[in-house]
Amino acid sequence: MNPCQFCGQPATIHLTDILHQQKTVTHLCDACARSKKILPTKPGTHFDLQGLVQLVMGQHGRPDAADTTALSCPECGLKYAQFRAEGRLGCARDYDEFAEPLLALLERVHRATDHCGKVPVRRRSTMGLSKLKAELDAAIAAERYEDAAVLRDRLREKEGADEPR
Amino acid sequence: MNLDSLLPNLGEWLRGTGPESDVVVSTRIRLARNLADLPFTTRADHHQKAEIEQRVREAVAKSDIAPKLEYLSVMGLMPLDRLFLVERQLISRELANALEGPRGVAFDSRESVSVMVNEEDHLRIQVMRSGMSLDETWEQITAVDDSLEARLPYAFHERFGYLTACPTNVGTGMRASVMLHLPALGITKQIEKVFKALQKINLVVRGLYGEGSRASGDLYQISNQVTLGKSEPRLLSEIREVIAMILQYERQARTVLLKERRQAEHDRVARAIGTLGSATMITAEETMELLSAVRLGIHLRLLDDLPPTTLNQLFIHTQSAHLQKLAGKALDGEDRNAERAKYLRNRLRDLGATPQ
Repeated sequence: MNPCQFCGQPATIHLTDILHQQKTVTHLCDACARSKKILPTKPGTHFDLQGLVQLVMGQHGRPDAADTTALSCPECGLKYAQFRAEGRLGCARDYDEFAEPLLALLERVHRATDHCGKVPVRRRSTMGLSKLKAELDAAIAAERYEDAAVLRDRLREKEGADEPR
Repeated sequence: MNLDSLLPNLGEWLRGTGPESDVVVSTRIRLARNLADLPFTTRADHHQKAEIEQRVREAVAKSDIAPKLEYLSVMGLMPLDRLFLVERQLISRELANALEGPRGVAFDSRESVSVMVNEEDHLRIQVMRSGMSLDETWEQITAVDDSLEARLPYAFHERFGYLTACPTNVGTGMRASVMLHLPALGITKQIEKVFKALQKINLVVRGLYGEGSRASGDLYQISNQVTLGKSEPRLLSEIREVIAMILQYERQARTVLLKERRQAEHDRVARAIGTLGSATMITAEETMELLSAVRLGIHLRLLDDLPPTTLNQLFIHTQSAHLQKLAGKALDGEDRNAERAKYLRNRLRDLGATPQ
């Protein structure tokens, strides 16, 4: 079964579109189809043709569409187009090879593009910055605002020092 | 390992104890991890999957994880045993049937800690506990994670965090789920409203057996959607806040039920016990629904013969693979429904369960 291209859940809707002899297949789950207005959000309302056209045209019309689908990873051989169709990456290096289109996807799925949280023990000495960020986030979550203020200052200091000038 | 030896046990998540156990069945956290130097499972060939399996097995064996984990290869298991592990929440349906090649699971005798190997990610570490227990579960799983990481180089990215096969899991790789029994919100038709509110704040609601499964027996799993950009403690505290709110709604709805339609509820529970104790054929789905009514009856004190733990045993033993193992033979369709009804009749007669 194909996963939804937008969120990775099992897809229940499969759209095939052929434009200029180029075939595009879109897989969506119910929730994403609703959020993209392809499925009606309320029972009784009708199928939204405009939403569908927008989705399909958006794919063809994206200026960098040709560039990103042609990308492939030299390590595992996965093509970006294949990832778009199947929703699974092939190896760790894909995250660098496909960084540009992935950033847009991460922004959409997580509303964030940078990790903030646990760091493997063996990476902790070299990962001062993310660790500080994680501690800061944890302090805010636990409403330890005094700790958060201290951490924020340390983070600013460190970020300033790390910036190449 | 002889899987039949697990049959009389309940497994950690069905102990029926722990904080808030009138509504919260269990807490579960899973971490997705991959080895840095091998392709993700979907693009790994048989040989590479065997290497991943071997390395994880070694790391598990040499680690100081307490309690001790024992490894079981899924390839060597009969379909019935695979389904048995799915029903006990030790492996996913995908690992059982959809995926191919070397793969398996390591778990402890209490069935609290499990590590799936070669699922969508090389490692899927999971810790389950009874009741509402997000902090303890996190402390335990992060320790298990550390001791595996000491022997396995994880794929970790300066910017994106723990790398996963699906970008929806990248960052922390953490999915924390709390399983709730919400019958009163169902009866009073408020459940949809609650779930709409959850979707707005990026939490996901699923049925009992995870992704894509429908809610049966009024059991729901609430979990975080986002894994990137927020720390684990922050994600956990967001879930905790929402669960606290849902608990309050469910308990309010239960109070209203008792106040406004006690007689009708009592009747519903009595009929559920009656059907469970006298049917000659019953589906898993109907069993789940009736057990849900009984579970609510116990907590509303409309029925006091059954401890929740016994109810959990009826619940797990009437699942398809468990039932067939208890019967000692493969059963399908009508035979299985007849066997399920027979099991329930006998157990309820032995327990002497009757409505108050």
